[in-house]
Amino acid sequence: MAPQQRKPHLCRNPDLIRGVGKYSRSKMYHKRGLWAIKAKNGGAFPKHDKKAAAAAPAEKPPKFYPADDVKKPLVNKRKARPTKLRASITPGTVLIILAGRFKGKRVVFLKQLTSGLLLVTGPFKINGVPLRRVNQSYVIATSTKVDISGVNVEKFDDKYFGKKVEKKKKKGEGEFFEAEKEEKNVLPQDKKDDQKSVDAALIKSIEAVPDLKSYLGARFSLKAGMKPHELVF
Amino acid sequence: MPFKRYVEIGRVALVNYGKDYGKLVVIVDVIDQNRALVDAPDMVRGQMNFKRLTLTDIKIDIKRVPNKKTLVAALEAADVKNKWESSSWGRKLIVQKKRASLNDFDRFKIMLAKIKKAGVVRQELSKLKKETTC
Repeated sequence: MAPQQRKPHLCRNPDLIRGVGKYSRSKMYHKRGLWAIKAKNGGAFPKHDKKAAAAAPAEKPPKFYPADDVKKPLVNKRKARPTKLRASITPGTVLIILAGRFKGKRVVFLKQLTSGLLLVTGPFKINGVPLRRVNQSYVIATSTKVDISGVNVEKFDDKYFGKKVEKKKKKGEGEFFEAEKEEKNVLPQDKKDDQKSVDAALIKSIEAVPDLKSYLGARFSLKAGMKPHELVF
Repeated sequence: MPFKRYVEIGRVALVNYGKDYGKLVVIVDVIDQNRALVDAPDMVRGQMNFKRLTLTDIKIDIKRVPNKKTLVAALEAADVKNKWESSSWGRKLIVQKKRASLNDFDRFKIMLAKIKKAGVVRQELSKLKKETTC
């Protein structure tokens, strides 16, 4: 049997209760087979001599000691990682956005970006929500899932959605008003094409489910008698 | 108004409070003025205060404290499950449970269906109205 296939060894000394093992010290000595190891080694436990430590270069005393003792900050091994995604949110889940311009809209979740924000899309043709980032905390996850296998979202990341850095223009006083007009925000054509390509496959899988298209086009709202803590989403 | 549902051995009751809320149980013995010994196919036989029970119309034929096998057989013989689920009380509970478990999408579909049904009803009504007035 190859070494990798061995099952992990069960505990030799199971707990009766926490802190008290089933077997005594002498029984454990026997179970671990220390007597057999000693016998193999001729009566004594096999010892390995300490490896000759590589001679560390003699450290010179430092030239300079700071006047005051400065406390060193504690070591911090935490790594930045994206927010933990709720188990109910998987690619293709229909989410209800709770705040912002699109509050109440039901959108399709695509993926979580490295910043932790969720990438969602309306689809744009159905409810006017474009490819957009939304925070997990402002979202209710429903249990409705859409088939998202035909959609490629590899190219979208946080930089795609970042604000464009504009070159600073020196404005002369006379040209002030004219320059204002030029700075209208027009969505670049390649973003519109991205939206279309993502939505094309999505809309096909949405239309396969009856009523799902009108569901995504409608906004969610609380009506009389609806108790949010009792609703199943 | 005389009582119609009595606490007796074999009376089927609905638990209305506690861990077994919503379950149908059978009273298999009376312990004292306040407590009964109840049993059901999916629970361990135990005592319950009468205040936690709501009596139903269904009664089965058992002797005092039958064993589980006999109890289950008696329940099958009396067809308690079907009688309960076809009674108006039982049906109401089933509908309540279904409504509580509805998805957001399900609620949307139901709304569409209600609107459609109301439209059809209104059409028929207007047809009938036309016939009678003209």
